[in-house]
Amino acid sequence: MTGVMRTTGVITPKDSLDHFLARFGWRRNEHTVMPGLYALGSPTGESPVFVTANYTLSFDALRKALAGIDAYILVLDTKGINVWCAAGKGTFGSEELVNRIAHTKLTEKVNHRSLILPQLGASGICAHEVKRRSGFDVEYGPVRASDLKAYLKHHSATAEMRTVRFDLKDRFEVIPVEITNLLLPALLIALPLLFLKGAGSITGLLLIILLGTVLFPVLLPWLPTRDFSSKGLLLGGAAAVILSFAKMRGDQSLYLFLYNMVAAIFQMAPWTGFLALNFTGSTTFTSRTGVRREIFTYIPVFAAMFILGLVLALAKGAFRAWGFL
Amino acid sequence: MTSYGKSITITCAKGDGNGINTLRYNPDLCTGCGMCVTVCPHRVFTMRERKAILANYEACMECGACQRNCPAGAISVESGVGCAGAMMRAALTGRRQEDARCE
Repeated sequence: MTGVMRTTGVITPKDSLDHFLARFGWRRNEHTVMPGLYALGSPTGESPVFVTANYTLSFDALRKALAGIDAYILVLDTKGINVWCAAGKGTFGSEELVNRIAHTKLTEKVNHRSLILPQLGASGICAHEVKRRSGFDVEYGPVRASDLKAYLKHHSATAEMRTVRFDLKDRFEVIPVEITNLLLPALLIALPLLFLKGAGSITGLLLIILLGTVLFPVLLPWLPTRDFSSKGLLLGGAAAVILSFAKMRGDQSLYLFLYNMVAAIFQMAPWTGFLALNFTGSTTFTSRTGVRREIFTYIPVFAAMFILGLVLALAKGAFRAWGFL
Repeated sequence: MTSYGKSITITCAKGDGNGINTLRYNPDLCTGCGMCVTVCPHRVFTMRERKAILANYEACMECGACQRNCPAGAISVESGVGCAGAMMRAALTGRRQEDARCE
């Protein structure tokens, strides 16, 4: 394909529906754009060239941000994966970029030799290698497409534009896919629970899902500890304490109340901790070294807490059967 | 590792030497092009007197952008996904940690 495809800066209701479904992980590998060269507006030989991934959320964020500008958009084949994740895998990479430049005959379309790439693509791209192999200078634009118009004024980014953020809005956007990913495992746990312990036990499970997928992302910056696992443990522990007070009855002995509270902490916190640990993959903050250390440190803690929680629950059942409670 | 002697002193001063992250920087090789400052999304590097310095070492998430775009080869980092799910799946399926990825 050497022809130039056309695109606009307009996000249609159909695009919005596609974005909505993508956020829920619906057919998550099928939100793709045809790789190749696109004309936005009426680009000339002097128009800038922007590079992006062939994931609809990436491509659409770029063309929306560039609405009203005449430009070329070079879409790399990242197999429908966003820029950041594709760069980590190398599909948004020097090799694909150099090949795509040749494939689309970009040198015949523009007179200059300059490309603007998203900054988060830099982990897959080697700018000096691209220059050597294709003759094109790689210019890294801002992290976010929405900062592009400000960036283009002087072709320079402020420190803020160069820094990744994980604002409340961004954290809200990952909630749907977190919930979707949990549905199947949650069902597998819920069904035996329903048969064994009845509907009451499902509330605990639902609470854990709510804590792990909604409250954890929302409260992330305010949870006091540094690593994700302990943040998750704290959140689950705090919820268990609150829950215990909510369920407290006046005629209950203090010992039984404390027993129930400790049991609730051990039953909830390891799960929220585990979900928190998994949330590392949804952020651009955690390093492999750090996550590895978290796995080795906290997985044994979670396992021990889970077993203790189970023992406390079984022991309570036994005490009851023997008439102690 | 010996050629990174200077930077190891920096990392040791900040922690246990290898626990925080695998970022290593040799200022002797730096040509002052500023590419690392441009590509790093966590402002780990900053320019001082025409050389890059490690200003925010602990914020490094090992994405590898600085290493890949440093024309002088002054930076090394073992990059990989900082995703517990992918790493645990890799461990369970016997895949190498380096090949850990999303499903």
